[in-house]
Amino acid sequence: MKVMAQMAMVMNLDKCIGCHTCSVTCKQAWTNRSGTEYIWFNNVETRPGLGYPRTYEDQEKWKGGWEVNKRGRLKLKGGGRLKNLATIFSNPKLPSIGEYYEPWTYDYSTLTDAPAQEHTPVARPKSLISGKNMKIEWSANWDDDLGGSTETAHRDPMLAKIAEKVKFEFEQTFMFYLPRICEHCLNPSCAASCPSGAIYKREEDGIVLVDQDKCRGWRKCVSGCPYKKIYFNHRTGKAEKCTFCFPRIEVGLPTVCAETCVGRLRYIGLMLYDADKVLEAASTEDDHGLYEAQRDVFLDPFDPDVMREAEKAGIARDWIDAAQRSPIYALINTYKVALPLHPEYRTMPMVWYIPPLSPVVDVVQETGEDAEDKGNLFAAIDALRIPVEYLAELFTAGEVEPVDAVLKKLAAMRCYMRDINMGRDPDASIPAAVGMTEEEMYDMYRLLAIAKYEDRYVIPPTHAEQAHSLEELSTECSVSEYGGGQQDLFGEGSGVPTPIAVENFQMLQDRQTSDSLAGPENKEGRVNLLNWDGKGSPPGMFPPKGSDS
Amino acid sequence: MNDFLFVVFPYICLTTFVVGHLWRYRYDKFGWTTRSSQLYENRLLRIGSPLFHFGMLGVVGGHVFGLLIPQSWTDAVGISEHAYHVAAVGGGLLAGIATVVGLAILVYRRRTVGPVFSATTVMDKVMYAFLIVAIVLGMWNTVAGSILTLGGEYNYREGVSVWFRSFLAFQPDASLMADAPLGFQLHALVAFGLFALWPFTRLVHVFSAPLGYLTRPYIVYRKRDDTQLGSHRPRRGWDRVG
Repeated sequence: MKVMAQMAMVMNLDKCIGCHTCSVTCKQAWTNRSGTEYIWFNNVETRPGLGYPRTYEDQEKWKGGWEVNKRGRLKLKGGGRLKNLATIFSNPKLPSIGEYYEPWTYDYSTLTDAPAQEHTPVARPKSLISGKNMKIEWSANWDDDLGGSTETAHRDPMLAKIAEKVKFEFEQTFMFYLPRICEHCLNPSCAASCPSGAIYKREEDGIVLVDQDKCRGWRKCVSGCPYKKIYFNHRTGKAEKCTFCFPRIEVGLPTVCAETCVGRLRYIGLMLYDADKVLEAASTEDDHGLYEAQRDVFLDPFDPDVMREAEKAGIARDWIDAAQRSPIYALINTYKVALPLHPEYRTMPMVWYIPPLSPVVDVVQETGEDAEDKGNLFAAIDALRIPVEYLAELFTAGEVEPVDAVLKKLAAMRCYMRDINMGRDPDASIPAAVGMTEEEMYDMYRLLAIAKYEDRYVIPPTHAEQAHSLEELSTECSVSEYGGGQQDLFGEGSGVPTPIAVENFQMLQDRQTSDSLAGPENKEGRVNLLNWDGKGSPPGMFPPKGSDS
Repeated sequence: MNDFLFVVFPYICLTTFVVGHLWRYRYDKFGWTTRSSQLYENRLLRIGSPLFHFGMLGVVGGHVFGLLIPQSWTDAVGISEHAYHVAAVGGGLLAGIATVVGLAILVYRRRTVGPVFSATTVMDKVMYAFLIVAIVLGMWNTVAGSILTLGGEYNYREGVSVWFRSFLAFQPDASLMADAPLGFQLHALVAFGLFALWPFTRLVHVFSAPLGYLTRPYIVYRKRDDTQLGSHRPRRGWDRVG
């Protein structure tokens, strides 16, 4: 047994209202630079829908993740090591920028500099890649709220797997939101695809990171990741990915996306797992067995043997405590309501989801029946095959039973809690119908419905004796020690690295002032107000003082 | 003059090449990348880039063989001058044509595809100029010198190659180079110019050829480096603060 700790996340999809706050705050924190315009470490997709980038889930096309070959051995779906190197000069499976979208800005100066005229001046969209006028045809959430889905949603690879034809007519449709970040997999295929070995998994907390100094821009990780959560920064020529906000996690703070989530639907905590069993679990022959196989890799943090082995492996006592209090462990293993996203990719993802009951509840409600009645809900879960099968395609490789079981637990919780809220006697038969005790059901309700900040985020900080040199605290040196700006001689951002926090500040300022369309020329007179935080006035925003007559 | 062109200048370039790489690796690991433009354009790159790169691998292999292995060695294992010549010219032509065609496609792409062109730095343009001239001269030497024998027979293995080895052994003999045809002289000079530019261009990615990928384990685990958590090392206790 080789015990390792993994920082993990669970999202409760019933609570997601699709407001995109997580995406926006994440973008402001991490990808607010040129070259990263199209990069969304966190994005929110409307399902059914094409996702971002378009149809990324179609692995027959993109060849991401792992597969089991005829001899039962796990291999990269994109091909082995030799094939990987042989295609290094031109990656045949790299999505083009069109599969994401061509980032753009508007030519605001035609508005601000417009003379008095009869017609309202128009700011035309300009491509941030070529600098030319462009027609906006797609973006990160173009099909938000099923917008235009009568045209596009039939290309959703997960819908294609369901035999019955789904109709996108208003009365018959269903939808929910799927926020996605990097899965920080136990068996990351991006890391396995990286020729330089620049992508690594941190031993302490399992966060998967790209070493920006070792990345050589071979682009293999982009095609290797089945979730397409590694992006290529087209300015610096380096891969970038969700960092699980490691500077915040190190000091015990939740990620930016979790912290700012208005629905409070994200949970963060530790999972202990047996690293020796990962490969075997990922090699499980039957796709349907992968969900259970991954659960078997997790270790019970209350088991004395596990605790002893964990301490031997150098996991500190307070981390083991945190693993015991982990909301993730409770949702995945105790209540079994969280499911992995696409276990069939065999990367052992570590951001799990509680599937939404709302498509079912909505339908029952529309019929005028009582949507919190156990009988009605259970019957509806059995009857509404399409939403349930669709969820199964996302979370259990198409196996309906586990999704069914989770939805029934959520339905039972609604019914059981309604009796309590209405002041009636709780009905013990409701939890019993889904194999839970009344106490378990109430605890699950607390965790899912009213958990406080410290119950949702159980994040043991890195040890205090090292804290002075952590990124976020960074008491080591004052900002002024870092030279101003970048040296652009060898391309954007080359030169000595600056700490993340300072870099953001620096880059924010650069961007406010130098947001020319494609190249760094013509810095004067263009201000990106989107990035202006309201403090101070970036140069170029107002005409120079004294120049007015 | 010959001493300067074929002794001093090459050594200056070689020194720049070596020291430049050390400096760049030390101070600009972040800028050390292929700076791929595949995201912008794929249709032309898909043909041009593998043609150029694989052709280039052949060209480099041919140069290693032709420059570093003395004629006496191939004679000793019984390869006749004629057999060597046929193999070298045949292989060289094949690799050379792939390189030239690939390069032509890539240069055309870089100039005509808007996003690719606007992502091209000044350094890229200078490097391209040297690279194109070096490759064209090399092709000229192969076609005009070895096949059409325009300027008479020239066995570079008794001239240029010997000079190159003497140069590497720090006992340079400029006269060997001075007797070589003009095409060979220019090719060598431009190539050394390219070597001098090398560490300051995106060509540094050649030295990142990821051969280690074939042997390393798939998943890389790394401990957080506690001595360098941020981008700077922690100060030692006795360093002055502020």
